Amino acid sequence: MKLSQRRNMRLALRYVAATLLTLFFLFPIYWLFMISFKTADEIYAYPPVWWPSSIQFSNYLVLFKDGDAATVGNSLIVAGVSTVIAMFLGTICAYSLARFRTGGENLANWIISQRMVPPIAVVFPIFLLYVWFGWVDTYFGLILLYTAFNLPYVIWMMRGYILDIPIALEQAALVDGYTRWQVLWKVVFPMCRAGLFATAIFTFVFAWNDFIFALVLTRTEVATYTVQVTHYFGGQSNFWGKISAMSVLGTLPIFIVVAFMQKYLVRGISLGAVKG
Amino acid sequence: MADLKITGLHKYYGSMHAVRGIDLEIPAGEFTVLVGQSGCGKSTLLRTIAGLEDISSGTIEIAGEVVNDLAPRDRDIAMVFQNYALYPYMRVYDNIAFGLRARKTPKQEIEEKVQRAARMLAIDHLLDRYPRQLSGGQLQRVAIGRAVVRNARLYLFDEPLSNLDAQLRDEMRGEIKRLHQELDKTMIYVTHDQIEAMTMADRIVLLRDGRIEQAGSPLDLYERPATKYVAGFLGSPSMNFIPAQLVSQDNGLAVRLSDGALLSLPADRGNRFSRHRDREVTLGVRPEHISRAADDALRPGVVCHEVTIDLVQPTGSRTYATFLLGGVETVAELKAHDVSAPNETVKLALDMNRVVLIDPASEEVL
Ligand SMILES: Nc1ncnc2c1ncn2[C@@H]1O[C@H](COP(=O)(O)OP(=O)(O)O)[C@@H](O)[C@H]1O
Ligand SMILES: [Mg+2]
Repeated sequence: MKLSQRRNMRLALRYVAATLLTLFFLFPIYWLFMISFKTADEIYAYPPVWWPSSIQFSNYLVLFKDGDAATVGNSLIVAGVSTVIAMFLGTICAYSLARFRTGGENLANWIISQRMVPPIAVVFPIFLLYVWFGWVDTYFGLILLYTAFNLPYVIWMMRGYILDIPIALEQAALVDGYTRWQVLWKVVFPMCRAGLFATAIFTFVFAWNDFIFALVLTRTEVATYTVQVTHYFGGQSNFWGKISAMSVLGTLPIFIVVAFMQKYLVRGISLGAVKG
Repeated sequence: MADLKITGLHKYYGSMHAVRGIDLEIPAGEFTVLVGQSGCGKSTLLRTIAGLEDISSGTIEIAGEVVNDLAPRDRDIAMVFQNYALYPYMRVYDNIAFGLRARKTPKQEIEEKVQRAARMLAIDHLLDRYPRQLSGGQLQRVAIGRAVVRNARLYLFDEPLSNLDAQLRDEMRGEIKRLHQELDKTMIYVTHDQIEAMTMADRIVLLRDGRIEQAGSPLDLYERPATKYVAGFLGSPSMNFIPAQLVSQDNGLAVRLSDGALLSLPADRGNRFSRHRDREVTLGVRPEHISRAADDALRPGVVCHEVTIDLVQPTGSRTYATFLLGGVETVAELKAHDVSAPNETVKLALDMNRVVLIDPASEEVL
């Protein structure tokens, strides 16, 4: 066999493998979407129905009519607001750690260790605290918690990105007439834009996917969609249509976020900033 | 009037004493080069002037105002960094305009100034590019352009040419000097390269271990070094140092080398050294003060000595010849065809008017 043929062969094999793997991983998502469009009969049908006879939106309509879909809105609010706050505070803290050696060499390590705490170990003490303060089932309570829980991660990640910025870029701006705050906006943020977006995505996804905190700390007012889904697991019957429709609603924002931010997830915008 | 005045400046990094008592006055409009080996504290000194490092003690005055506690942006300084410090996400135009924008300059004025600086540095065709699309020499011009548009009181350069290749470095050296003549600004330029220091400086400040070893005009330092360190630092190839003794000869003085050779000092210099008679000295001879002895009569103060050449290194215009003198490897800078091959025995002439005598203990020039 000629060399070029062998190379083509190998390439073909690689595509086949990649396709199979993709199908394997996409199948549950496909199935989830399909269920959400099926009628109850089709959901329970055997052999399984691979493609619903007609696309049904009734499962979704029910969610919106009953107001259950609002829980997705709650998720958006708490995840979005806590991400913005955590990113802002965390980046400032990270800058301080990176550039002013705040807290010496070990503070950064200590901060990230906070993130390793298992949620289940702290959620009940926090619950008692929140009852005391009257923060249970409030936006404020959840946002505060997610912000606090994500801060160490943001600080740790952003500190790494900031340390990678050649310090001369900041010093040049300081000499040129900018204040520290302006240097943050004009130099630090643009230089670690990719890192900012990547970190923000992970921060958002953590809050979005959280179940345990939301389960314990919410009731009805600010229940998030992850908590809402569990309400459809009934005593005698599970409402698969509702479960899948709610799950789709919960998955879509993540798809959208990742699709728009994909290029930032691949780091490397600031490489080669300084030669030498 | 001094534009910059530094008094009793010390800088510690933790327990590391980087700058150890600097007193320095730089007149307005002067091009001063801080030169010294890597790690001697040049950058640290420059950065304390810019306000990028706190100082441990002493004062820094710019135009008569103590700036110790002023933030960098309030010192009216422009600085060119070693690694260019250009913003990769901004076009060349915006990089150059960056400092003007900080000072809320009107748009029209920014446009004019950027264009003028770009023309001056021959980068006006690059204004729409990003830094990653430029070569090293172009990046350096942009970095300089960024400082030039600022119209600051004081310009600082920290080894701006050290990332460029030799040819480009020669070219930029000339350009920066020309820029100084055009702008007529006070400039402080840091380098470890003695050739850069010699060619560019109005005044050289030679630093060693955080102190000023000697300051003065380039030729002043070259011809009248105060210490062995200065004598050896400036000049390429460096000055030869030969252990010797200062002895009486007839009614004058002479230098006796370890191999017994006796080199007489000219009478006018002899007087100056007479109180060091019969002492150990180090004889310092620059390579260009050794030449092939001509057959005709020698000039006064020039002595002859016969040596066997070990190594011949032609450079084209000149030829470096290495040989043993007083037991020490010595280099002479001869005319291109003065020697042709090793092991040749030739008669060389040492210009004793130009040699220096150094006290081996204190390493000071006598
Ligand atoms: N940020 C710093 N922390 C600790 N030591 C430093 C720091 N910067 C420089 N030094 C030390 O101070 C001395 C002078 O450094 P520097 O001014 O950079 O030298 P130069 O520019 O002449 O090569 C060196 O020994 C260097 O290791
Ligand atoms: Mg340096």
